[in-house]
Amino acid sequence: MPAAAKAEKTGKAVSGATKDASKIAWGKERELKSYREMLLIRRFEEKAGQLYGMGLIGGFCHLYIGQEAVVVGMQMALKDGDQVITAYRDHGHMLACGMDAKGVMAELTGRRGGYSKGKGGSMHMFSVEKNFFGGHGIVGAQVSLGTGIAFANRYRENGNVCLTYFGDGASNQGQVYESFNMAELWRLPVVYIIENNKYAMGTSVERSSALQEFSKRGASFNIPGEKVDGMDVRAVYEAGARAVEYARTGQGPFILEMNTYRYRGHSMSDPAKYRAKEEVEKMRTERDPIERVRNRILEEKLASEDEIKKIDGEIRVIVNESAEFATNDQEPDVSELYTDVLR
Amino acid sequence: MPIEVLMPALSPTMEKGNLAKWLKAEGDEVKAGDVIAEIETDKATMEVEAVDEGKLGKILVPEGTQDVAVNTPIALILGEGESASDAPAKSAPKKNEAPAKTAEATVEKREAPVEKPVEAAPVELDVPAGTEMVNMTVREALRDAMAEEMRRDADVFVMGEEVAEYQGAYKVTQGLLQEFGARRVIDTPITEHGFTGVGVGAGFTGLKPIVEFMTFNFSMQAIDQIVNSAAKTLYMSGGQVGCSIVFRGPNGAAARVAAQHSQDFASWYAHVPGLKVVSPYTAADAKGLLKSAIRDPNPVVFLENEILYGKTFPVPKLDDYLVPIGKAKVARPGKDVTILAWSIGMTWALEAAEELAKKHIFAEVIDLRTIRPLDIATIVESVKKTGRCVTVEEGWPQFGVGSEIAARIMDEAFDYLDAPVRRVTGEDVPMPYAANLEKLALPTVAKVIEAARAVTYR
Repeated sequence: MPAAAKAEKTGKAVSGATKDASKIAWGKERELKSYREMLLIRRFEEKAGQLYGMGLIGGFCHLYIGQEAVVVGMQMALKDGDQVITAYRDHGHMLACGMDAKGVMAELTGRRGGYSKGKGGSMHMFSVEKNFFGGHGIVGAQVSLGTGIAFANRYRENGNVCLTYFGDGASNQGQVYESFNMAELWRLPVVYIIENNKYAMGTSVERSSALQEFSKRGASFNIPGEKVDGMDVRAVYEAGARAVEYARTGQGPFILEMNTYRYRGHSMSDPAKYRAKEEVEKMRTERDPIERVRNRILEEKLASEDEIKKIDGEIRVIVNESAEFATNDQEPDVSELYTDVLR
Repeated sequence: MPIEVLMPALSPTMEKGNLAKWLKAEGDEVKAGDVIAEIETDKATMEVEAVDEGKLGKILVPEGTQDVAVNTPIALILGEGESASDAPAKSAPKKNEAPAKTAEATVEKREAPVEKPVEAAPVELDVPAGTEMVNMTVREALRDAMAEEMRRDADVFVMGEEVAEYQGAYKVTQGLLQEFGARRVIDTPITEHGFTGVGVGAGFTGLKPIVEFMTFNFSMQAIDQIVNSAAKTLYMSGGQVGCSIVFRGPNGAAARVAAQHSQDFASWYAHVPGLKVVSPYTAADAKGLLKSAIRDPNPVVFLENEILYGKTFPVPKLDDYLVPIGKAKVARPGKDVTILAWSIGMTWALEAAEELAKKHIFAEVIDLRTIRPLDIATIVESVKKTGRCVTVEEGWPQFGVGSEIAARIMDEAFDYLDAPVRRVTGEDVPMPYAANLEKLALPTVAKVIEAARAVTYR
């Protein structure tokens, strides 16, 4: 593998600069698609929060509200066959991959129609069909696993790229750097997306990370990185497309630091006392990724208020149906206790 | 006095080697550090350097000699004015070699039954009558198993530290790089946690990695990926994402490598649903079980033993010899007491059975071969016959495999027991370095005999 993988690299300079996304040709179709997909995640997560409050969802439940632009923009930069893997704040990733909202919600409620037949829950869901490889509960473990998926792409020479998502918290785990080293050594087609939402659970990046510029975390492995406005889906797409192209053409891994923000606590049980309410409010009002696209659509007259309302209505229907399904679907049959331990 | 050049021990477990070549002739002057000979072990060819200056007075072991025991004098170096006839008639080991001698004795004791493999080896259950048997080492059997499966399935590859260009830290992957190339035989950095995750991730996509741990001691760095990712993902995904992967390497104590390099992980991994755990004793089982493990759609922890690597056993000469996972083997039939062992434990069990037979206690020795899933049916069938059971393992006593077996026998054969089940285990201490303490910490033939006599009240 290593010998075969020694393709010459180009453009290896490690850059930390945010690219200006305002001039990218983006177009009506992408604008509306991204609006729709982000809104689906937002409404889905709000509903999940409600169901959690009603006791229908148990255990841990980590909501993605605020970070929607990251997965939606990245997903738009992929082609069929590319894979996605992430940790446990994963509902948004699954919806962006095209997984059915009903199956995701039913997994949250632990029902037989869930993606893991109710045996995985919020943190552990997969869809081989949609090339979504989880949904992992151990912070950082998915980074080595995603690197392995990229290894398989290289082994098979199938031209696919694996998007490996992790947070600012996971960025301090040792296996992340073990993986970086192998990915660069073997020129694996992997894009590492660091979703920097400023808090590793309740510990701010300032208190947890000696170097807070996560785009530079690959520097000692010669992996290029880029800082991206993760609240702007267009900027995410643009940087994502370049990074994916870089990985797909055999140049090796690429790091994207997505500066984003989660509006909710770390999990449903987190009152988020470690940050000021004003900080959250400021983000919501000034940088909300969905509002940003909505305003752009209206300003540029890509769609009318009515058309947008129509999309909103369609999304509500999808989400309500998923909640209804997840509430009424049966729990797994007791015989499922002993299935799927081994093949 | 002429200085004796002794056959050197080149690894903790080496007992003998071949004198491949003399690079100096009798009468040549040598300086300290000069390479004077080449020694071949089953792992490598190593150079022997002179430790003193003088004249190579006499070569005592000619080149081409096989199986020269460690510490045998192989040449004499003469000081000024000395002649070869000044050498002592019978050489005694020098004072500072005493610990090495003791270690050798320890190893010898533990391996004694393997010295006569053909005698000890029962008819293989899975082999058609009349099959030709060839003698080979466990090391070669493991290598052949991997090579055969790699020829058969392009999705099988090997990764680990030193598996490719170095030919394997214990030479188990010897020749694989040459046959299969760097794409499929992959040297990793020293990064167990990371490369295990990489292997598991590749396994999620349908590739069939063989992940070698230089020793299983280092798998503790990676145990999260083995347990949380490899073992649990099939269940957590509702059967969608599995992982056909083999984690293999030497397990347990070797010799004189102390606490951090001498641990038996059988009970650790056997605790985990979603894993299979295999630990062969003979070369035939090593080959047949490794081939089955590579084909198994589940993660398999394959625990080898460094001391057994160099042991020779008859292996059936078949194009595709498979041993099923989950089947124990009656290695020696008997009626008075069941002795359960696996891997290196079989050497103590078989020798104990031999000794016990002289006292008219006829032990049935069962080689578990697979630790998970446990072949409880074979165990219970034997215990129903003998009414007594002794388990043998190198691991610590608390919560060990023997403890589990004792509980299972109580569940399923309590009424047949004529005595409590006895466990022979490693002592409940980290492995000491000192030769005498190490010996005390490990199971021995004597401990197995004592346990068998206790449960038979004889």
